[in-house]
Amino acid sequence: MDVSPSVMTDPIDALRDRRADFPILGETVHGRPLVFLDSAASAQKPVQVIDAMADTMRTQYANIHRGLHWMSERTTDAYEAVRDQVAGLIGATAREEVIFTRNSTEAINLVAHSFGSLMRPGQAVVISEMEHHANLVPWQMLRDRTGIELRVAPITDEGDIALDALERLVADGKVALVAVTHMSNVLGTVTPARRIADIAHAAGARVLFDGSQFVVHRRVDVQAIDADFYTFTGHKLYGPTGIGVLWGRRELLEAMPPFLGGGDMISSVSFERSTWATVPHKFEAGTPAIIETIGLGAAISYIEAIGYDAIAAHETALVDYALQRLAEVPGLRVVGAPAERGGVISFTMDDVHPHDIATLLDRNGIAVRAGHHCAEPLMRRLGLSATARASFALYTTREEVDALASTLTQIRGFFV
Amino acid sequence: MDQDGLYQRQVIERARAPVHAGPLEGATGRGEGTNPMCGDRVRIGVWLDADGRIGTVRHQTRGCAICLASADMMAGLVAGQDRIGAATMGRDFTALLQSGQDGDSCPELRVFAPLHRHRSRIRCATLAWSALEAALIEAPAGTPVGETRDG
Repeated sequence: MDVSPSVMTDPIDALRDRRADFPILGETVHGRPLVFLDSAASAQKPVQVIDAMADTMRTQYANIHRGLHWMSERTTDAYEAVRDQVAGLIGATAREEVIFTRNSTEAINLVAHSFGSLMRPGQAVVISEMEHHANLVPWQMLRDRTGIELRVAPITDEGDIALDALERLVADGKVALVAVTHMSNVLGTVTPARRIADIAHAAGARVLFDGSQFVVHRRVDVQAIDADFYTFTGHKLYGPTGIGVLWGRRELLEAMPPFLGGGDMISSVSFERSTWATVPHKFEAGTPAIIETIGLGAAISYIEAIGYDAIAAHETALVDYALQRLAEVPGLRVVGAPAERGGVISFTMDDVHPHDIATLLDRNGIAVRAGHHCAEPLMRRLGLSATARASFALYTTREEVDALASTLTQIRGFFV
Repeated sequence: MDQDGLYQRQVIERARAPVHAGPLEGATGRGEGTNPMCGDRVRIGVWLDADGRIGTVRHQTRGCAICLASADMMAGLVAGQDRIGAATMGRDFTALLQSGQDGDSCPELRVFAPLHRHRSRIRCATLAWSALEAALIEAPAGTPVGETRDG
């Protein structure tokens, strides 16, 4: 068989065999093979994750941290091993800096509540114009509760954070925290995290990155980007729903009061007063998502086995290919042209509403997202009420991008 | 291309060239329907004649083809109806969208019946009817043309 070297090394084809790990990709929708281009909303799960969770429930499950029996101790070990995995994944220097939450939204709410309680009226939080509601609403709630100021860093027409404007926003030294996305769920923009952190730190502010999208596509190194807080969610990273991560610098976490109260987060309790456990347990009240955490661990193992180099190369090549194919669709406009784009492409089509696009794609087996993508202020900034969004994962193929482009051309012909 | 009968010719044509779109000067009732899930919005202006019957309805719609066609067809169909008649049509339409079974009051709306297989899109078709309901609550019966409730 004649196989040319260029085919052998094609970064898109390099991950093709991994599709077999995702049982759901063999399903049909409306009688057609599923083309799943909505992974930025939630990714599909490999059999390694599914099996790890099922095996936990079948063979090794009990409540953790409090049992004196064998099953509890083994389950505690499995749960706590994932904390080490997460620390390794993102470059944390101490496992105690990794806090398990329900999702990224809860992680940001934790910071808004606990770090926010250390802020004083007159201090400010800066976000950007392209934040997901998860990194906007908690800060509005904090503002309304405590009288802090919420400032919004503008984006450029291309969809990048305007760094000069960000510098001006923090210049008065009143900003306690800059909280921005590490990769936009709408525009795909990868933000220059280290530069943003440098700008924040030079003004005496701390910095939080919402890495829910970024961590799926690129390796995170919280030391290299000099982050103070980092959040992500498991279900976009091929893991289950119900498990997310907050990483924070130990001195900040130790200074912050607890978020939720209850079992597991205390040192001692009496009717008069309670004292708190040390980090990370101070922030993990109640029985956690044990099975989901073990599922997240399996997802991290899966990602690490493939390697971020291969994942990033696949995504970069696929995005380039998709932008080229979508440019051939009459009347289609890709939203934003950021300096660096991850595996997310939002678009509109002349005379065809994003909902109609999504429904007609679905009838042909292709799943995309349509709407405001939980980023209404960004939509207003872009002068749009909605977009359609195709998003890629490590299992996405060139043929699926072809199917998207050709079906979009048919849809356009149907309406115009 | 498979479209499951959702986008019949009447729907596409009404969406492309609506005949009842635009603001209504002298409207005595105004209502708005919004879908927070997608940002779609229908604004309705209506006036009732001296007998309490709907004179004119116009809509300003920011939405998909189904939303736009539904608003435009509704605006034409409810003219001449009183409140009860319009409400009955709205109820029959909702029943049609949920069951796929023909309602009696408006055979023209049967083009939307395939939506019963697309539950996430039903709100697109009912948005205008919600806006009309709000407009009719506001509109006083028997108000002469061009005279607002506030006089």
